[in-house]
Amino acid sequence: MNMLAQMSRKHRAWLAFAALAMLLLSLPFITDALLGRGWVRILDFALLYIVLALGLNIVVGYAGLLDLGYIAFFAVGAYCYALLGSPQFGLHLPFWIVLPAGALLAGFFGVLLGAPTLKLRGDYLAIVTLGFGEIIRIFLNNLNAPLNITNGPQGISMIDPIRIGEFSLASTHELFGLTFPSVHLHYYLFLCITLLVIFVSLRLEDSRIGRAWMAIREDEVAAAAMGINTRNIKLLAFAMGATFGGAAGGLFAGFQGFVSPESFGLTESIMVLCMVVLGGMGNIGGVVFGGVLLVLLPEALRHGAGPVQQALFGKMFIDPESLRMLLFGLALIAVMLWRPAGLWPSRQRRRELSADDDAAQRGTVYDAAK
Amino acid sequence: MNFLPMTMRRNGVQCMTPPSETLLEVSGIGKHFGGLAALNDVSLHILRGEIYGLIGPNGAGKTTLFNIVTGLYQLDSGNFTFDGTGYVSCKPHLLAQAGIARTFQNIRLFANMSALENVMVGRHVRTRCGIWGALARHAAARAEERAIIGRARELLRYVGVNRPPQTLAKNLSYGEQRRLEIARALATDPKLLALDEPAAGMNATETESLKTLLQTIRADGITVLLIEHDVKLIMGLCDRVTVLDYGKKIAEGVPHEVRNNPAVIEAYLGGGSA
Repeated sequence: MNMLAQMSRKHRAWLAFAALAMLLLSLPFITDALLGRGWVRILDFALLYIVLALGLNIVVGYAGLLDLGYIAFFAVGAYCYALLGSPQFGLHLPFWIVLPAGALLAGFFGVLLGAPTLKLRGDYLAIVTLGFGEIIRIFLNNLNAPLNITNGPQGISMIDPIRIGEFSLASTHELFGLTFPSVHLHYYLFLCITLLVIFVSLRLEDSRIGRAWMAIREDEVAAAAMGINTRNIKLLAFAMGATFGGAAGGLFAGFQGFVSPESFGLTESIMVLCMVVLGGMGNIGGVVFGGVLLVLLPEALRHGAGPVQQALFGKMFIDPESLRMLLFGLALIAVMLWRPAGLWPSRQRRRELSADDDAAQRGTVYDAAK
Repeated sequence: MNFLPMTMRRNGVQCMTPPSETLLEVSGIGKHFGGLAALNDVSLHILRGEIYGLIGPNGAGKTTLFNIVTGLYQLDSGNFTFDGTGYVSCKPHLLAQAGIARTFQNIRLFANMSALENVMVGRHVRTRCGIWGALARHAAARAEERAIIGRARELLRYVGVNRPPQTLAKNLSYGEQRRLEIARALATDPKLLALDEPAAGMNATETESLKTLLQTIRADGITVLLIEHDVKLIMGLCDRVTVLDYGKKIAEGVPHEVRNNPAVIEAYLGGGSA
């Protein structure tokens, strides 16, 4: 009887999984048909932001280190991709070298910027990371003289599109009798990367390292007294978060074909932080939700606010762009008042929920995963 | 001294070493905060397998001494030797690795983690799974994780936290939180367990069961260093005690001798009253 109930539960889980997979796979086509190609592009950006938010979630959500300059790592990844794959230096290295290089370089910068902040907490850490974020942006803005590296405020254009072997994501392809425009192809690539990052986050969260991060978040002194090398574990959090940020940056550069310092301002850092905080710090589902929400809602407003005002009042009262920021601010205040832990807060994880007798079954679950 | 029945010892193995060998030796430690001498030339030695008490009026420097031997404070003068290794300054995590585990006067649990996870964090220092193990979850990593969970559950039972292990630490009762802190410290496989006022705020029944727990811990071969205000507990539990007052050691010895020491009486009751 028990086994039967369990099987049907497993069955249901598979069914839900299959449905979700089908939805994710067909999403660009559905969106394209219903809303237009521009919205598929927005979906692509949503996925990039989810990767960014998941990276920041490691630093802020798990390790509890408030980082206000996170977008700097996004910038490092993007510029690394741009410099190694554009006419800027005449380098056109392949995608599979450039993207990991950007991610690794960003991870290195994560350690570099994390190291001086190790003794700082809370507000002080936030101020210093904010400064670091700005330093990177200002560097990118000014590294055009005397030696032109980043092209300054004009940014770098004509960046190589993402190309896997001979398969360029920039052009339309015919596969399995279906037409895949460029944005659709990017969607699938970004979806793969997002799933990979979710997988890594999940595994890290439920591990010795993840517990050490959370212990530091909860009480750094007690964590150190329990034998956790807080310096190394914090640097690891900075490095992991920055690596995800760098990877997202590389994808961004390849997708856009153009980067400039403008894309990496403080607002972007705050935006990513909002995704993490609004969605639910430390909870992967919440962070993904926050990312989707904060990319899609402003776009929906941008497209919807004008016509709605026209229909209601016969004229435009508030410019959609201002309305967007206004509503955004109100939403943030509302969430902080009524759901301070986020829209989808981190709940007790499954492992702890399983009772003693469940512990034995865990072995089989692991084997199945293998 | 050997007042525990064999049945209380885990694994049926007698791991208690006869109290003869010195485990922790503190010599001439001084610590100043600005102009205030929190500790002044304090020396003491703790033998393996004993329960050692550290008492004194408020502000006597007990916790300061604790923070020095657990690496939270750096000392200004003197040094200490633990398990044969000398230290002048050392990071807390290295001392934890060397075998000193502690609890805190004002409970410092990982409040938003479950009781089980709190203890699992304590296993950190004795396990080694890194990023790769976490991502790949290969056989060794899974075995280690299972061992961590198993040991953590065992320790929760051992200290007597009988709530569901997934209960958040902050939702435990006060007495349970104190016990959980001990379980977390024990998870690091310490040689010396340093407890900072473990009975603070406990009622008589809770104190009594804490006493039993500490005796069990000692019988299992772990040396205990105890700061306590509850004189009755100290007298009934400790093999030897040191009394601190204004950062100086004023007495040391077996409890009933110390209790009758005029300097101790003066420190506790005030000089004018005699």
